[in-house]
Amino acid sequence: MTTTAEPEVGRARLRKEDARLVTGRTRWTDNLTLPGLLHLAFLRSPVAHARITAVDTEEARRMPGVIAVFTGRDLAAAQGSLPCAWPITPDQKAPPAPPLAVDQVNFAGEAVAVVVARGAAQAQDALVGIDVTYADLPVVLDLASAAADSDLVHPDLGTNRSARWVFDSAEAGTGGDVDAAIGAAEVLIERTYRQQRLIPAFMEPRSVVVDPTGEQLTMWSATQIPHILRLMLALTTGTPEHKVRVIAPDVGGGFGGKLQVTPEEVVAMVVAQRIGKPVKWTETRSESLLSAHHGRDQLQKLTLAARRDGTVTGLKVELLADMGAYLRLVTPGVPILGAFMFNAIYKFPAYRFECTNVFTTKVPTDAYRGAGRPEATYAIERLMDELAVELGRDPIEVREQNWIKHDEFPFTTVAGLEYDSGNYEAATARAKELLGYDALRAEQRERRARGDVVQLGIGTSTFTEMCGLAPSRVLGALSYGAGGWEHAQIRMLPSGKVEVVTGSSAHGQGHETAWSQIVADQLGVPFEDVEVLHGDTQISPRGLDTYGSRSLTVGGMAVLKAGEKVIKKARRVAAHLMECAEDDLEFAGGRFTVRGTERSTGITDVALAVFAAHDLPDGVEPTLDSEATFDPDNFSFPHGTHLCAVEVDTETGFTRIRKYACVDDVGKVVNPIIVEGQVHGGLAQGIAQALYEEAIHDESGTLTTGTLADYLVPSAADLPHFDTDRTETPSTTNQLGAKGVGEAGTIASTPAVVNAIVDAVRHLGVNDVEMPCTPYRVWAAINGANPSTPSTTPAPGGGLGSVTPTEPTGGTA
Amino acid sequence: MIPAAFDYLVPSTVDEAVRLLADAGEEAKIIAGGQSLIPVLRLRLADPGKLIDLGRIPELRGIRDDGDAIVIGAMTTHYDVQRDPLVHDHASLLRLATDTVADPQVRHQGTLGGAVVHADPAGDLLAPVLALDAELVVCGMDGRRSVAAKDFFVDYFTTALRPEEILVEVRIPKHTGWGAHYEKFNRVAQAWSIVAVAATVRAENGVITDARVALTNMSSIPVRAHAVEAALIGGPASPGAITSAAAHAAEGTRPTSDTNADSTYRQHLARVLTSRALTAAVGA
Ligand SMILES: Cc1cc2nc3c(=O)[nH]c(=O)nc-3n(C[C@H](O)[C@H](O)[C@H](O)COP(=O)(O)OP(=O)(O)OC[C@H]3O[C@@H](n4cnc5c(N)ncnc54)[C@H](O)[C@@H]3O)c2cc1C
Repeated sequence: MTTTAEPEVGRARLRKEDARLVTGRTRWTDNLTLPGLLHLAFLRSPVAHARITAVDTEEARRMPGVIAVFTGRDLAAAQGSLPCAWPITPDQKAPPAPPLAVDQVNFAGEAVAVVVARGAAQAQDALVGIDVTYADLPVVLDLASAAADSDLVHPDLGTNRSARWVFDSAEAGTGGDVDAAIGAAEVLIERTYRQQRLIPAFMEPRSVVVDPTGEQLTMWSATQIPHILRLMLALTTGTPEHKVRVIAPDVGGGFGGKLQVTPEEVVAMVVAQRIGKPVKWTETRSESLLSAHHGRDQLQKLTLAARRDGTVTGLKVELLADMGAYLRLVTPGVPILGAFMFNAIYKFPAYRFECTNVFTTKVPTDAYRGAGRPEATYAIERLMDELAVELGRDPIEVREQNWIKHDEFPFTTVAGLEYDSGNYEAATARAKELLGYDALRAEQRERRARGDVVQLGIGTSTFTEMCGLAPSRVLGALSYGAGGWEHAQIRMLPSGKVEVVTGSSAHGQGHETAWSQIVADQLGVPFEDVEVLHGDTQISPRGLDTYGSRSLTVGGMAVLKAGEKVIKKARRVAAHLMECAEDDLEFAGGRFTVRGTERSTGITDVALAVFAAHDLPDGVEPTLDSEATFDPDNFSFPHGTHLCAVEVDTETGFTRIRKYACVDDVGKVVNPIIVEGQVHGGLAQGIAQALYEEAIHDESGTLTTGTLADYLVPSAADLPHFDTDRTETPSTTNQLGAKGVGEAGTIASTPAVVNAIVDAVRHLGVNDVEMPCTPYRVWAAINGANPSTPSTTPAPGGGLGSVTPTEPTGGTA
Repeated sequence: MIPAAFDYLVPSTVDEAVRLLADAGEEAKIIAGGQSLIPVLRLRLADPGKLIDLGRIPELRGIRDDGDAIVIGAMTTHYDVQRDPLVHDHASLLRLATDTVADPQVRHQGTLGGAVVHADPAGDLLAPVLALDAELVVCGMDGRRSVAAKDFFVDYFTTALRPEEILVEVRIPKHTGWGAHYEKFNRVAQAWSIVAVAATVRAENGVITDARVALTNMSSIPVRAHAVEAALIGGPASPGAITSAAAHAAEGTRPTSDTNADSTYRQHLARVLTSRALTAAVGA
């Protein structure tokens, strides 16, 4: 008998992990304690660029509870250099990156010394007892002048330019020559856009605990990448890999910000080994803003060539990308992840991308939600609006004229990627309907005619992205230091329960729920009977972790592949038990049925029989457990159309989002609630880039947005109701048909909002507003004033903003 | 971050609090709701050796009717101010401004006295206190004295309170039947003001008979827009009159420039927001 239970995949299950995560009744790294645990506090450089001429730790050593104080010089031999896994060119220039600065600091916030004390408060107290003498060097802050080598961040390198990376469709044979297209263009749109510096601002601060007392050293860390971290710790410190175990317990968000091998992790490990005692470090929020890697920060020079009839004939992209002071794990590769996406959903015949990676004396940049792809999408979607204006056409119509039609898939793009599937027409039509596009356009005309103080604007953004990182051979071709596969194991327990081990490392995504749904359907076991294990290199021995919207399309596929092997093994045993041929068995709903009969046995019965092992076919091992490593053949390409209507108060410059409608196509959906949650969170972060967030440095290189009173992360109160919907065009590159949803909202929403703002005030002579589109910038744009940031002085915020965390010189009542 | 260590003292009367403060000298700091002070301590921007908590002094908390005035104890929370019927009837401007402060959690902890003594130029409660001509009653070892709001605010985070004094209560002359509005401008819902305008007006038969307007964050201290008031009084409560009066709003102000706004934009905002505040206050 087969059961006809409702399939789990596609079901809006509440997430099984939420009860413990939402109530905080779980093991975050900072909750852990060990016998004899000592605490670390880091002294950070208050200056952006200086030689360290002397460090005196005497007083700190004598302070209560202090066990030891180490400087970069003390640890120099053991700490190694922080790894960069992505040399984008063979001649890429990279400075040594000591976890604790040894003789030079290159950004304000860089760690220069560490205190080990009995209590966390004592460690903090002792920081004032360390006296560092700095000899200032010139700061290098502005990207363009850094690229011109005005002053050098790392004089030994002889230049601030780390690498130059080029893709040219004519050279690659994937398209025509862009300069020829520009030369012959009937319409040219030339713009420069700035991607401001952002801070990932994950909810759980970074935290690390190291126990060096066992045979294996164990590190617990609030990381997205326990597996990569383990390997990198071994390579960096010289501790053999098999002597290191890394555990990522529950982790509270990352957004790429915890896709890192951090200085603090390496120092905690080296210090724990040196003193032979377990240590813990948990950052403060200001420390996080000041020293955890930042995101974005690019200057984009763009040229779009088109014919008068609206057909785009070529796109040229010249980027300057700010690396900050060092190359961290994938710093140089972030712009490269965007290189293949500037042509987006369009059939451009010629394309050239050129990026120069530049050092400055700022916090290193690295992956932040979308990594490269939001930057690319922003550029092209702003340009498509500008083109429509130039031609006096509707922006959606111009896009449609240039995009890949649904019957043209699979489609090889000018950047050489093969898009497997998509239906841009369907998503766009539905988005227009959701927004009430035509009615809002009518209202816009009416408000303009009336000269209303509040003007309405509508912004369009279509997008696709390459996610499901990544086919290993492609990563190899891009010189990335690892593959892009994922691993899974399924263990059939004798009582009929199932353990799924995954190399994906969830930090809020809901893998425990989604993987359970997949396995419940595949093996025909109840959802509740599946346990998903992850995030510990001892439990989940192989993996490449979670980032780049890869977990479902790669990690979920590995689970599916492991399940197939379990069924294959079970089939052999079931045939033996029921004395029939394997080919006579049908497997459905968890049962093997002899075709054309009522005879059947459940897979869990087979699991028990295998456990007992009393009666197995000859040569069959007594286990159903199976593992699989899945390496995708291609990326997956989710897409969507996002429409945003804003009201701009032309007297104050304030923008209010009136309506936001988006239709995403993420392929087959395993759990609609999880997809919805990812879209909402993604939208919040993308809208935040458009309107609110920016890491600002003053002229001395100090981060002035050093608290959340100054670095404006929006709350629910600032965001509109989101009208979301989906089209479902299954991916053809993986059996699940899934495409990845983690970054979609972030990628698409930023240009939708900015396009809407510009659309609202275009008739007042505005064709751009720099991000974030603060009321001041919008007002200045309307009034023809210089729309740059007026000052880097932080705004008041209960007295906090008027001081910098590293230089406590401000006062209070 | 973890604050530096301090001693924690909890007096139960105003006299005891004042004595503890005098004994401790420079080293001590008063703590009220802690919503401004604790962040400062946690960032180690200050490390007082002693904290004197006013939270257990019953006489400092609550709101009473005192004839021509209402009297608000320094330790009355923002939450209590928002819900008090006396404030509602006689000082609605203060209630409306308090509604815009932070979030419910902070409003349950933070106090009117703390906000006034903290004297953050971007704080939302200083302008209403100034507009309503409040008197700040303070107490030291020599007893109590009363300081007019216009004399109380001295500079950024600096007031006329002497080191050994505490703020005891805020006396607000009754503005019964006045229309009021607090127009706050900021970038996100939970933030201090970039600029804000506190306006309260009395109108009879379409004529404005009295008006008080004060500005938040247009100087190192809250400022009264006297020119706006003068232009309004005796004139019609009409849109035209309001707009032309509001044009005077930025006169004499010297606002700062920061990441959110430069001084020109702040002055522009002051005029726009004054017009909006007055329009709402007249309509209210
Ligand atoms: C997240 C957040 C958002 C906020 N948003 C806003 C906002 O939008 N607008 C706004 O105006 N404010 C805002 N605030 C500040 C809030 O209003 C505070 O409550 C207020 O500024 C201080 O009140 P308190 O009782 O907490 O004072 P405390 O923090 O306890 O004290 C502040 C200062 O006043 C002194 N002090 C306090 N009471 C007395 C007294 N009776 N006598 C002598 N000295 C005294 C203290 O020594 C200290 O120096 C926000 C605060 C937070 C944490």
